[in-house]
Amino acid sequence: MCTICGCASGGASIEGRALDARPASETTLMHARGQAPLAHGHAFDPTPARMIRIERDLLAHNAAHAADNRRWFAQRGIFALNLVSSPGSGKTTLLTRTIELLRGRLEVAVIEGDQHTSNDTQRIRATGAKAVQINTGKGCHLDAHMVGHALEQLAPARDTVVMIENVGNLVCPAAFDLGEAHKVVVLSVTEGEDKPLKYSDLFSAASLLLLNKIDLLPYLEFDVMRCIEAARRVNPAIGVLQVSAIRGEGMADWLAWIEAGSRTARASARAGAMPNTADSPTGFAAREA
Amino acid sequence: MHELSLAQSVLHIVEAVARRDGFARVNAVWLEIGALAPVDPGAMRFCFDAVTRDSIAHGARLEIIAIPGSAWCTGCAGSVPVVARYDACPDCGRYPLRIDGGTEMRVKELEVG
Repeated sequence: MCTICGCASGGASIEGRALDARPASETTLMHARGQAPLAHGHAFDPTPARMIRIERDLLAHNAAHAADNRRWFAQRGIFALNLVSSPGSGKTTLLTRTIELLRGRLEVAVIEGDQHTSNDTQRIRATGAKAVQINTGKGCHLDAHMVGHALEQLAPARDTVVMIENVGNLVCPAAFDLGEAHKVVVLSVTEGEDKPLKYSDLFSAASLLLLNKIDLLPYLEFDVMRCIEAARRVNPAIGVLQVSAIRGEGMADWLAWIEAGSRTARASARAGAMPNTADSPTGFAAREA
Repeated sequence: MHELSLAQSVLHIVEAVARRDGFARVNAVWLEIGALAPVDPGAMRFCFDAVTRDSIAHGARLEIIAIPGSAWCTGCAGSVPVVARYDACPDCGRYPLRIDGGTEMRVKELEVG
């Protein structure tokens, strides 16, 4: 159980340290394999059964942690983005190029999410930016609780940008608010044009679609307009930018988008002038379901 | 698979209510799952059985109430049934529609003893 906020978050680790000493998800999966179900029979039981009305959202717990993170970012004028995509879209290269191009203009700190290894965190750190690695182990998505703890270690400065690179997965991250200002979905032109229709939950939840690797378009039969139409069918309000992280095409617009968001976050923090009520997101009151 | 995370949330909610209300056993859990919600009912059942083993909800029946998807069509000025997020209006063919139902993922009620 996490000693800070009393939560149980099985299997995940941050910078190599287990978020939970008892990996609950592994234990429960082991129980699920090969064991015959126990007989569910009750002997005569005098306790009368009764109904209790709950009406509680399954994601309420995560939403509460996400709200803490969002409030923490807002107090500090931090513009936070949740980068989602399938594996191999070029997210990490896009991030390293973004950090390099913003050098001297905006400071970026990164939370990296992968099942295993700290390879991506090391690539980010090589640019000089601060980064913290979350390894989800058997988990398939980052959640707001993990991000809250990672922020304690990352300790991003006020008025900066935090990029959260989610686990490469177009399905599960859709449901989990991390407290970000926007979800940004990265799709590369080496994938299919109909990805937005196939993975509509995620594309519905994103504010911006970054179509990456456009330098490869001359060698592919990828129909850019069909892809954008598919994205707008699922999410009419989604913004679209076409970029090549490696060659630099389109990156100026992406940087401008980030800078605009950061300006808004900084202005809101100054206007709100909210007092710091906690040093870290998880310092807010411990959560109960 | 994120249904494991969601099943853990169900148990979390059940245990919190047990602490508040003081019951010893859960006989059944009713979930409302919308047709457009990002959860597969089959995976949910599997994960529910796994996470509730040795808990207060061990052996509890999981009842899933399916809520159909619906969306607002500006052309028809009304809600229409939809099966997927990007469906066109079944009446007039217009798209995109604005989803207004079927994304729920809720613990509705418990039967306890």
